Amino acid sequence: MTDIIAAAPASTSARSTSYWRAAWKRLVSSKLALACMAVLACYFLMAAAAALGMVGADWNTEVGVSFANPSFAPDLDNPQAKNSLVEGQQLVVDPETAVLDPLTPYNAEVDKRMAQYGEKTVKLKTVLPLGGDKWGRSILTKVIKGGEISIFVGVAAALLATMIGTVLGAFSGYFGGKIGDLLEWFYNVFTSMPYILLVIAFATVFRHGVTTVILVLAFTGWTSVYRLIRAEYIKQRGRDYIQAANAIGASNFRMMFAHILPNVSHLILVQVSQLVVDFIKSEVVLSFLGFGVPTDSVSWGIMINEVLVELVLGKWWQLLTVAVVMSTFVVAFGLFTDLLRDALDPKASRR
Amino acid sequence: MFAYIIRRVWQMIPTLLGVMLLVFVLFNLFGGDPTIRMAGKGINKEKIAQIKSQLGLDQSYPVQFGRFAQQVVTFDFGRSWSTNEPVSKILKREIPVSLTLMLQVWIYEAIIAVTIGMAVAYRRGTLTDRAIMMICTAAMSISFLLYIVVGQYVFSSVLGWFQPLGWSSDDFWLNIRKYAPLPVMLTLMVSVTPALRLYRSFIVEETNHDYVRTARAKGASERRVMFVHVLRNAAVPIITNMALELPSLFVSAFLVEFVFSIPGVGREIITAGINSDFPVIKAITVYTAILTMVVNLVVDLLYKWLDPRVELK
Repeated sequence: MTDIIAAAPASTSARSTSYWRAAWKRLVSSKLALACMAVLACYFLMAAAAALGMVGADWNTEVGVSFANPSFAPDLDNPQAKNSLVEGQQLVVDPETAVLDPLTPYNAEVDKRMAQYGEKTVKLKTVLPLGGDKWGRSILTKVIKGGEISIFVGVAAALLATMIGTVLGAFSGYFGGKIGDLLEWFYNVFTSMPYILLVIAFATVFRHGVTTVILVLAFTGWTSVYRLIRAEYIKQRGRDYIQAANAIGASNFRMMFAHILPNVSHLILVQVSQLVVDFIKSEVVLSFLGFGVPTDSVSWGIMINEVLVELVLGKWWQLLTVAVVMSTFVVAFGLFTDLLRDALDPKASRR
Repeated sequence: MFAYIIRRVWQMIPTLLGVMLLVFVLFNLFGGDPTIRMAGKGINKEKIAQIKSQLGLDQSYPVQFGRFAQQVVTFDFGRSWSTNEPVSKILKREIPVSLTLMLQVWIYEAIIAVTIGMAVAYRRGTLTDRAIMMICTAAMSISFLLYIVVGQYVFSSVLGWFQPLGWSSDDFWLNIRKYAPLPVMLTLMVSVTPALRLYRSFIVEETNHDYVRTARAKGASERRVMFVHVLRNAAVPIITNMALELPSLFVSAFLVEFVFSIPGVGREIITAGINSDFPVIKAITVYTAILTMVVNLVVDLLYKWLDPRVELK
């Protein structure tokens, strides 16, 4: 607030600090918020790079031996490595058997065709930056690619859920009456069972695929946004500016989305931020249980699923990687959401 | 009072119908046709027709919905599609298992959260308070799944303090002694933090009231002020919150039960989901919804009983 007062005398025609600019100033005044934003920016850049195929596109290729050791613990005993180091063997067929083989006349042709293709020997590494999984895939690449999918699912589902919640909440709060009752009934139905049960029920029926996960999370997770937006619309509906808009003949639709919506948009932003964290965590749980992202792609949840078997063999590095990477992200996002709420809604945080 | 209860129960009916409609639309309309999968080997037209009529799938949707409503009222959801065991028998076996775990969590959580909540609320604004609240925020953000997977590995495989998994079907005390402690402890690590934050805010709000100042002014000891005056008033929202947690006790243990192979309701939901065992999921969903509605009513009555100033509308 102090800098608004300080800036005012310099030029009387200077515009007063807008709400968003003031909120931004409040947000960046906190060092913790800056740190969180830096962390989140790294993750989102990484996810964008992975989406464009710049990194992590080769997550599904075998680059190391099975369970290649991580470079920070290169000397661990790895008996599983020999599974990947099987040499190709030449099959020797003695002439007597060859006579019986109906394919013998074609052998010369087959050899000639085969010679057209070059043979490439891939040198499998025994040590990878963050280690390898059972199929010798690099965990570093997997965690980046998995992050892309997890973050994409979280963000897309959060946007969709917020959209559903906002529209339904706006109609329910603005119109009230019969429409309000109907939507309230709808809300009561969705909230009368534990969230996770609802998600699993939906996921059982519409199973597998990234799009499905997004839709399931959005269709089950809109209720908190609805609650909030409905209360706000009930409050805003009686305000003077809406009566004024009504007096000049603005349509209901215009009043709902051109007049009221900008006044509650800061709340919506906080909700999106909150939902992204929640949905990424839900996606991880769903994929872990096998209801989420299909197993031929990778996400953080699928990585944790693979970990259960690996731990029995004492291979802990995939768990370590995914735990650190995921926890850093969700903790940073959680703290950022809290700080964003404080910055956008200073009155609420003072309570 | 009596009229209030009647009205509330009456209001539950549309919601319950909505839940049933949602479940019905989800499983009967979008769920796909289970007959081919259920017929198994040697499929022929007669077999499919027989299964269809057995499940009532040859009827129109309104008739099917009526049948479903009948199932809800009579507590008879037929047999599981994957094990052919009656659904009621499955639930009867699994509910006590889940409760063995979750009642412990429920009680320990309340004790720990109220104790620490009181301690930090008394020192509010200090470094200890802020540090604990910060740790709570961070701990709440981390996925429950990681606590379980890491905890199982560290405490049972690396340190060898606990059994990695297992459950005894008949020996209650063996379960309490040997199999339950680690799952309970890991669930607590997750569930205590949100409760702690909430209870702290309830207690802080109470300490700001005038009666606390009055109590201190008349010379009541700090102990008396905190435990007799503040805690008694803060107990109202705390007990309400605890009661509201009850319905989810049955299902919230699903991850723990899944990872530790404990045959409770939570794990049943997941296996039923994987096997598309619709009768089991339908039964659990509808009954959890009913339980939630009943608990909500009981909580409101409890609130009135604890705090007579509350008006029931």
